[in-house]
Amino acid sequence: MPEAHPVTPRAWLGQFVLYALFALAIGAFSRWPVYHPIAAGQALIKVSLTHPGKPRGECRAQTEAELARLPPNMRAPLKCPRERSPVTVEVDINGVTVLRRVAPPSGLSHDGASALYQRLVVPAGEQRIAVRLNDDVLRTGFTYEREATVKLAPAQVLVIDFDAERGGIMLQ
Amino acid sequence: MQRTHERAPTALTGWRRAEQGFDAAFGAPLNPLRQLGTLGFLSFWLLAASGIYLYAFLETSAAGGYRSIVDLSEQQPWLGGLLRSLHRYAADAFVILTALHLLREWLHGHYRGVRRYAWLTGVPTLLLVFASAIGGFWLHWDQLGQYSAIATAEWLDALPLLATPLARNFLANAAVSDRLFSLFVFVHLGVPLLLLFALWFHIQRLTRAAVWPPRPLSVGLLGSLLVLAVVAPVSSHPPADLATVPQTLRLDWVLLFVHPLADSVSTAVVWALVGAGLLTLFTLPFLPQPTRAPVAVVDAANCNGCRRCFADCPFAAITMVPHPNQKIGRQLASVDADLCAGCGICAGACPSSTPFRSPTALATGIDMPEATLGALRERLRRGLVALRAARPIVVFGCDHGARVESLAAPDVAAFSLLCAGQLPPSFIEYALRDGAAAVLVSACREGGCEFRLGERWTDERLRGTREPHLRASVPHEQVALVWAGVGEEAALRDALEGLRHA
Repeated sequence: MPEAHPVTPRAWLGQFVLYALFALAIGAFSRWPVYHPIAAGQALIKVSLTHPGKPRGECRAQTEAELARLPPNMRAPLKCPRERSPVTVEVDINGVTVLRRVAPPSGLSHDGASALYQRLVVPAGEQRIAVRLNDDVLRTGFTYEREATVKLAPAQVLVIDFDAERGGIMLQ
Repeated sequence: MQRTHERAPTALTGWRRAEQGFDAAFGAPLNPLRQLGTLGFLSFWLLAASGIYLYAFLETSAAGGYRSIVDLSEQQPWLGGLLRSLHRYAADAFVILTALHLLREWLHGHYRGVRRYAWLTGVPTLLLVFASAIGGFWLHWDQLGQYSAIATAEWLDALPLLATPLARNFLANAAVSDRLFSLFVFVHLGVPLLLLFALWFHIQRLTRAAVWPPRPLSVGLLGSLLVLAVVAPVSSHPPADLATVPQTLRLDWVLLFVHPLADSVSTAVVWALVGAGLLTLFTLPFLPQPTRAPVAVVDAANCNGCRRCFADCPFAAITMVPHPNQKIGRQLASVDADLCAGCGICAGACPSSTPFRSPTALATGIDMPEATLGALRERLRRGLVALRAARPIVVFGCDHGARVESLAAPDVAAFSLLCAGQLPPSFIEYALRDGAAAVLVSACREGGCEFRLGERWTDERLRGTREPHLRASVPHEQVALVWAGVGEEAALRDALEGLRHA
């Protein structure tokens, strides 16, 4: 019958080399080569918002007959369309439109908030940024606009967000 | 019997050469390339043990997470720092070993037949492994954790599943709350628990599935990771700051390669790659397959319920049921056709598989319909009669190992079996009594049996440590066992020469 594998000095050396190579591979590739998520001299603008658009139609008063057909607890005087407007966002940097996005309302009935998240890598330094937003299909043009000059440091993150209660478009 | 050899594809040939090279250093029983699954398990146990210690010191909050891990390295470098590094390196080892395990099984075609279950339960573990590993980086909440968390959120946001993008959770430092950290903790503790369940399912249909490698290999892996942890301890990046993008990261490419990949192509492309990869892996078992080998058949009249086949079956295909003869306590082997690999190891284990039993037809308690032991006995008889040499030698080999037909010579009668484990040791004695001067048994290298345990059972039966054993009265100098896998006909020839000159 075959006997147990004799462990010769050469075999010991082989084992040592193979274990060392395994450890070396792990040690090396767990930290090397270094990675640069953003190039030198670049900054990042994140356009991110979640905002419910205006209802797609006008609210109207319900007639007496309509109200009578409803259960007492559901007799709201105004009837509004459920579906919301999509939110349109445009971003210009130094006069060039770099983003135009129409964010549809979420939800199966399109009655939820519209959401948007977009990364824009730009050179660090002074940038003239213009942001326009429309959240109402009943209005032409834009319902909110903001223009500002910002100075971005290398690797800085500028967030363009929206909060209607805090004045609309925010650069932070 | 018909041989089932196929021309080995180049990649498989290369893998086998690598295994043979490792055999030279480790010896076949301790070859890590044949122990990848158990080494993966060991990595998991190391992760669990080191992780439990680290968790005791981890402050699970956005403000305290970073400091607690840095303190661990600084205040107790010889325990906390060491275990922190071991935890990371064990995760790297786990991924590498799992990937190699997948590659080996794929090259050997172990995704079909009875192994389909193990394959299909193994593929999802890949996702769980990466989910567990990536989530661990977030807990530290240094720049690397920041980068990984945002990259993961942006990757998940590429699927239209959530109304609000996950990446909005990382717009500002104030947005990262302790509640979000609780989610991180759940990912890094909950997913590994799911992984443990998945691994348990993965090995359910294997007999004697090993979750601990042989001790020398365990010591070797643990030792090499510990040395690495001492020589190159894992260090922290600066704390996360969502107002900036990290500019330089010492990225763990083994665990986090998917993030730079998404940066360089797009999140959609990475989703497509991951989806296509998973679809391919899940589809493989359902592609047209070679005809399945016939399964073992039990002969109730000859089965005495000894349970040896039940004990030896590598795939738990045999269960013991009450014997139809209604004798109290008597059992009968029953074969689950879906689990039977058709290896014949059960026939080799059956005490009724002795060629001395009947001068007419040889009926065994359990046998392979396409390659019965009765037919083997008949071929053996005729083969010995046909040999005119002064010292005829009988060779028993394996369809999945070195080709015993290559030994064709006037003094050699060679028989290839479904697996070396199909050979009842009594056939060796029978051959010697019937005129053979010597018997050579060829089995695949230790740990390299196509059916997992055939070579091990053969060795133990011939050594007399497993039933049915080769009787002590058989002159052992006339019997040789050689380990010879695919392409190792030279080892067969050497062993044959040794017997010729014995």
